[in-house]
Amino acid sequence: MKFDTPATTNPIDQLKVIGKPTNRIEGPLKTTGTATYAYEHKNFAETQAYGYVVGSAIAKGKIASMNLDEARAAPGVLAIVTAANAGKLGKGDFNNAKLLGGPDIEHYHQAVALVVAETFEQARAAASLVRVEYTRDKGVYDLSATVDAAGKAPLLYGAPPETAVGDFASAFAAAPVQLDARYSTPDHSHAMMEPHASIATWEGDKLTLWTSNQMIAWSVGDVAKTLGLPKENVRLISPYIGGGFGGKLYVRADAILAALGAKAAKRPVKVALHRALMINNTTHRPATIQRIRLGATRDGKLTAIGHESWSGDIAGVKPEGAVMQTRLLYAGANRMTAMRMTAMNLAEGNDMRAPGEAPGLMALEIAMDEMAEKLGLDPVQFRILNDTQVDPEMPSRPFSQRQLNKCLQMGAERFGWAKRGKPGATRDGKWLVGLGVAAAFRNNLNTNSAARVRLSNAGIVTVETDMTDIGTGSYTIIAQTAAEMMGLPLDKVVVKLGDSAFPVSAGSGGQWGANSSTAGVYAACAKLREAAAQKLGLNPEDATFADGKVKAGRRSFALGDAAKDGELVAEDGIEFGKLAEEAQQSTFGAHFVEVGVDSATGEIRIRRMLAVCAAGRILNPKAARSQVIGGMTMGAGAALMEELAVDKRFGFFVNHDLAGYEVPVHADIPYQEVIFLDETDPSTSPMKAKGVGELGICGVAAAVANAVYNATGARVRNYPVTLDKFIDKLPEMT
Amino acid sequence: MKSFTYERVDTPAAATAAFARTRGARYIAGGTNLLDLMKLEIETPGHLIDISRLALDKIEPTSEGGLRIGAMVRNTDLASDARIRRDYGLVSRALVAGASGQLRNKATMGGNILQRTRCPYFYDTNQPCNKRQPGSGCAAIGGFNRILAVIGASDACIATQPSDVGVALRALDASVETVDVAGKTRAIPYADFYRAPGKTPHLETALTPGELITAVTLPKPVGGTHIYHKVRDRASYAFALISVGAVVQRDGTGRVALGGVAYKPWRIEAAEAELPRGAKAVTAKLLAGAKTTHENAYKLPLVERTLAGVLAQAKG
Repeated sequence: MKFDTPATTNPIDQLKVIGKPTNRIEGPLKTTGTATYAYEHKNFAETQAYGYVVGSAIAKGKIASMNLDEARAAPGVLAIVTAANAGKLGKGDFNNAKLLGGPDIEHYHQAVALVVAETFEQARAAASLVRVEYTRDKGVYDLSATVDAAGKAPLLYGAPPETAVGDFASAFAAAPVQLDARYSTPDHSHAMMEPHASIATWEGDKLTLWTSNQMIAWSVGDVAKTLGLPKENVRLISPYIGGGFGGKLYVRADAILAALGAKAAKRPVKVALHRALMINNTTHRPATIQRIRLGATRDGKLTAIGHESWSGDIAGVKPEGAVMQTRLLYAGANRMTAMRMTAMNLAEGNDMRAPGEAPGLMALEIAMDEMAEKLGLDPVQFRILNDTQVDPEMPSRPFSQRQLNKCLQMGAERFGWAKRGKPGATRDGKWLVGLGVAAAFRNNLNTNSAARVRLSNAGIVTVETDMTDIGTGSYTIIAQTAAEMMGLPLDKVVVKLGDSAFPVSAGSGGQWGANSSTAGVYAACAKLREAAAQKLGLNPEDATFADGKVKAGRRSFALGDAAKDGELVAEDGIEFGKLAEEAQQSTFGAHFVEVGVDSATGEIRIRRMLAVCAAGRILNPKAARSQVIGGMTMGAGAALMEELAVDKRFGFFVNHDLAGYEVPVHADIPYQEVIFLDETDPSTSPMKAKGVGELGICGVAAAVANAVYNATGARVRNYPVTLDKFIDKLPEMT
Repeated sequence: MKSFTYERVDTPAAATAAFARTRGARYIAGGTNLLDLMKLEIETPGHLIDISRLALDKIEPTSEGGLRIGAMVRNTDLASDARIRRDYGLVSRALVAGASGQLRNKATMGGNILQRTRCPYFYDTNQPCNKRQPGSGCAAIGGFNRILAVIGASDACIATQPSDVGVALRALDASVETVDVAGKTRAIPYADFYRAPGKTPHLETALTPGELITAVTLPKPVGGTHIYHKVRDRASYAFALISVGAVVQRDGTGRVALGGVAYKPWRIEAAEAELPRGAKAVTAKLLAGAKTTHENAYKLPLVERTLAGVLAQAKG
């Protein structure tokens, strides 16, 4: 189904199932521990062997020698895979560093061997007997030292690294009120609960991988490319995923090494990456240094907006897009953005929840707070004053829908924003209390997505698509979509996901999954409706599908009757046209945060959080709320504690466990409120929906940082906002 | 993890005898730290002697009017004991500030004070660490050391001892009762329990090989207001950046011990004389001679400010 004109009224608009706060259909499986995650498949319990990954002990250099004798002789060892014996390997399109290193080492904990043994314990014990001698080279590990020499970044998903409109330099120089400040955001770990894990089996030259992966079709391609197999010889199965946040967009070492280990051991092999490997072996959100210059008239109109960002990555492949939202968020006639980067030798930087916008807004939305203060304006008003309804770099191009102002206004009202005091002025006992606000912004991305739907004579509709559910609720919104389209209750719909044997979907990433994958199911269901009507001898144009029945005029059939001669199968997908080029599709929100800061110690505790979101039709308010509060929680972590600490001498993330890399615990998170504006966007898809999974994190950290400033009067521009960065600015203790 | 053998013992004498006859043995009680260290091959015992069933799980009065806490008393039971809560609030508060409910259900009194440092370089066997591998060097000095020691450290090691309850035990003048492999018992003042790192940071305590902790004793109650303030980046389930354990009397005198600043809970009795003059005066003496890095220098003002907050809270 082509989607190149805005949606008109369609069966989804009935909102009998869509739009309802529905519990997850797979929830009971997860809460009873019966949803089978990658490492848990029992199909090969009798024959499977275990692989344990050996990570490089250096960040950059070469393997001088490798002695496997002791490890091979260890109890239970079946095989050891290294680059020297694995045969020729390719590199996936989405991989930057190689997944099996050697002799060249590209980053710390890059896999250099997989030890396969009868038991996990034997594999782990033998792994420590793999003797590797390295020759260490000098590497680049300190982003701040790269800034002066950094070059222009390459394209980011087709977007230019630099943009310029008007004459920024002159406008900034002439602006009566100016801000010129530098910010930094650290490297972040996705820190999802489930590790990267895979079980591999071979039948001849056909490989099946039970794995944990957000993007099945991409990853089939990259597994095939890496192992030199035709795509059709690779099957990926990933029905349940214990969190991904971008960390599982791509094939990682667990999958490739499980496949190589299984080949070498001639047994099914399972491999999971332990937490330290998740941090230094896989990808992370790269650190940024950002410079923001804002120029405004005295009455608060932005006349100059400049945003530059520096980041690093292995071989300088992809910048962190921290300036991307600045191209679209606020009005201003003279503007420039620039991304610069340097090849560095830390583990691979790559996408993490709201790549670009998350760290970009961490800086930009502090800058807006600072500028509002310079102007003597309320930061909510300042943002509203600089709203734009068109793409500010291309004013002929409107937003498809933009209700940022309404989010800000409603949030301010609900949160009691008017009670916000001057910096450092509000006390509650020993606590310094502050309020902060930030805008949330994340583009809506659409990706072609297909599905197959089957109708049985019992009136059951089964949906098959390689879409993934990474904890987001895909199962449920897809079931809701099919139920709405086919006029069925939810329990008459079966959803099967995450199998490369199914039609190729959008997958889960970039908050494109919900709208795109349900639109694909919509397309397949539209076809099934047509087929069912025809089978029943009804004119498809006249047929209505409701309450398990198909009706046209006075004729009425049970839906299952259409399959009484055999299962009815329809397959289709949504193919997005150029609507997103004609009008900018984005999601918007406003985050409000209240913090208390211990006036003695500087400990920061969040007291209240509110998000008001405008993100098109909300398919399932319960699942969407969970997405947003999850994002708010992750944003709180980014604001207050999350930082992969870089050892700038040895080139690795030192705090590579969850004791050292702190993420928020329950005690850190207070009551969180989420409000969704009631809106639909017909330009996005027949679902009229947009993504919310990433909007939730966007701007949160800045709202927290701004609240800390309001509480203490101490401005911290380097995340995370920890007490050591402002303890010298706290009031004297008496 | 290296393969190991295992046995369970029923008496302290059986435990020490088992230790004496097996090379490379370690006692295991709750295992909340040792098992992690074994998985990472930071500890590689060839034999584990499970002491968790020893009948050392009672909290009993001593003839001096204090309490004897058996080495196997679980953190949860200790923290919730009515006598502890009434007379030794600092112990209870420090305990519940640490770890999680699940860990406290497993962790024991004896094991708690033997838990090893959280220095991240100690946990990465690719990195030099004099504590883990004597003579290999210290990666933390000059590396990521925001959480590490500011006093009492050496050029070989700047690790901290992470126990929360240790801070309380130090402030309350606890002792550690032991029995050694020869069957000799002794009481080690907790103040003397940890060894300064010097050039041998791998030697951490006064215990001789195989010497088994049987109890921790608390002298009779000292009264006063007991406050434990643990400062951390998140609200729970994190090791202390620094912590202050204080017992403050109505007349403004009292005791103060610190966590997160040294290889042991840090207390200088002479500094306590300054308590009536306030936190600044106390901290100046308590942390005299401190040596900080650019990453952990914040701990000095943080100690002073936290103590000031604690003293203000004690005044009510």
